Amino acid sequence: MNSFSYTRAQAVETAAREVSTNHTAKFIAGGTNLLDLMKENVERPTRLVDLTRLPLNQIEDTDKGLRLGALATNANTAYDERVEERYPLLSKAILAGASAQLRNMATDGGNLFQRTRCYYFYDLATPCNKREPGSGCSAITGYNRVCGILGTSESCIATHPSDMCVALAALKATVNVTGATGERTVEFADFHRLPGNEPERDNNLKPDEIVTSIDLPADGERFAKNFTYLKLRDRASYAFALVSVAAALDMDGDTIKEARVALGGVAHKPWRKAEAEDLLKGQAATKVNFERVAASLLEGAKGYGSNTFKIELAKRAIVRALTMAANGQH
Amino acid sequence: MSTKVTQEPVGDVAVALPPLEQITLTINGVTKRLQVAPWTSLLDLLREYLDLTGTKKGCDHGQCGACTVLVDGTRINSCLTLAVMKDGSEITTVEGLSKGDELHPVQEAFIEHDAFQCGYCTPGQICSAVGLINEGKAKTADDIRELMSGNICRCGAYVGIVAAVEEALHKCQPNQ
Ligand SMILES: Cc1cc2nc3c(=O)[nH]c(=O)nc-3n(C[C@H](O)[C@H](O)[C@H](O)COP(=O)(O)OP(=O)(O)OC[C@H]3O[C@@H](n4cnc5c(N)ncnc54)[C@H](O)[C@@H]3O)c2cc1C
Ligand code: SF4
Ligand code: FES
Ligand code: FES
Repeated sequence: MNSFSYTRAQAVETAAREVSTNHTAKFIAGGTNLLDLMKENVERPTRLVDLTRLPLNQIEDTDKGLRLGALATNANTAYDERVEERYPLLSKAILAGASAQLRNMATDGGNLFQRTRCYYFYDLATPCNKREPGSGCSAITGYNRVCGILGTSESCIATHPSDMCVALAALKATVNVTGATGERTVEFADFHRLPGNEPERDNNLKPDEIVTSIDLPADGERFAKNFTYLKLRDRASYAFALVSVAAALDMDGDTIKEARVALGGVAHKPWRKAEAEDLLKGQAATKVNFERVAASLLEGAKGYGSNTFKIELAKRAIVRALTMAANGQH
Repeated sequence: MSTKVTQEPVGDVAVALPPLEQITLTINGVTKRLQVAPWTSLLDLLREYLDLTGTKKGCDHGQCGACTVLVDGTRINSCLTLAVMKDGSEITTVEGLSKGDELHPVQEAFIEHDAFQCGYCTPGQICSAVGLINEGKAKTADDIRELMSGNICRCGAYVGIVAAVEEALHKCQPNQ
């Protein structure tokens, strides 16, 4: 790890300004991703701006719904009674990730920024466009079991590894950010981006923008009964998803009023498609209908060898997750 | 008691290094004023500078749980924690669990159930189990397996570990 200087942020605005004027400075929150990458020399900031003393760890009701402070820990969020009761999909997704210790450290804001787990991104000895723009992508022709099958590009096939973000995508959360030039609100679907020819950029934020909170919309509570987060991985716990599905249904008897389906482990961002979800509007919860959703979501999927199995796995996982959600099995 | 530990700069290189940071930590009930380099992990501070070598370094990347300690009663991985960021906190390591010769119920249970072989993962397992009991979320053996999954045991002593944690869970009130 490189040496770096340290400062404790006193206010959001000054922290943002500090990073906007120093391109080698970085924010740190729980540290569970950044410190790991610094130890690998993948990230080499010369200055860390510690956000953890900012008063942003509250979870509170607003007129929009429930607001998660960016510094609320993943554990406090998953076990918050209001989240458990109104947004249980989010609790379930968070608890499917990492370990109890890591969830006690990891923050909701930091979780959005966690970087890919592509092996080559971590391996300084190999080319990787995300780590070293222009150097090439080792994964496309290499060992790509953990890589993506949707929305990939010729320069990068990495996935976003978060579980929490898959649930936030399904719940259509919004993200409040403050930068050196002001505040704005970003729809969750627009927060992360596809790699295109700039895989070094994981999201659409500027480096000086701080996530201050995440809003869970009040209408997301409709999905508190018929939902599931299905995570498929190489071991039963404490492993990243190969494929995960956040499925949420708003049901009227046996009829689906509205469906939300988001996939993890398959793309550079949580994968959602409005047309696929609309196929279930006013429909019955049947296997055939769910298979149509799966086919639509996986349209254009491309395997790269060791991850090709994910296409079929994802289709089956979608059908299973939707069936579980319809049956009220979490 | 107040102990001051200064990390010695190495040769001329130190001149260019960012300044040490002044912090206060209460470690196993003893308040210490310390000067640490910003990049010193809590794990390295405990082991290398304070001779508290009960806490183990397994992977140094958050993947094994050997470094688990309690910060203000909450279990965390000390390898992915910067000491400077915990300024003002109370740290409990495996050395701080017993009251004199009287072992913590979790420690007792580990002995009773033979919950280790080589013992390398054990301090982390024990601190993690104390954290799990404080959290109050685990009710069944399956819950214990899931909520202890952040502690890997290369010797595979899991059967004994789950039995020990289960017994301690039923003996302990939260916050013990
Ligand atoms: C062994 C291991 C297993 C894991 N398993 C899983 C898993 O199964 N599922 C899963 O989803 N995750 C998993 N994780 C990842 C974990 O969830 C993330 O590391 C964590 O959520 C990151 O949050 P943090 O607060 O620690 O971020 P940090 O490491 O502090 O920061 C990460 C990045 O976010 C930036 N940042 C942080 N907060 C803000 C903010 N408020 N505004 C702007 N920028 C900010 C930082 O500058 C940094 O670049 C695992 C991690 C480890 C180490
Ligand atoms: S997939 Fe992306 S992160 Fe992985 S090697 Fe290729 S460029 Fe790097
Ligand atoms: S040494 Fe910290 S988790 Fe392995
Ligand atoms: S007892 Fe040897 S690693 Fe657990």
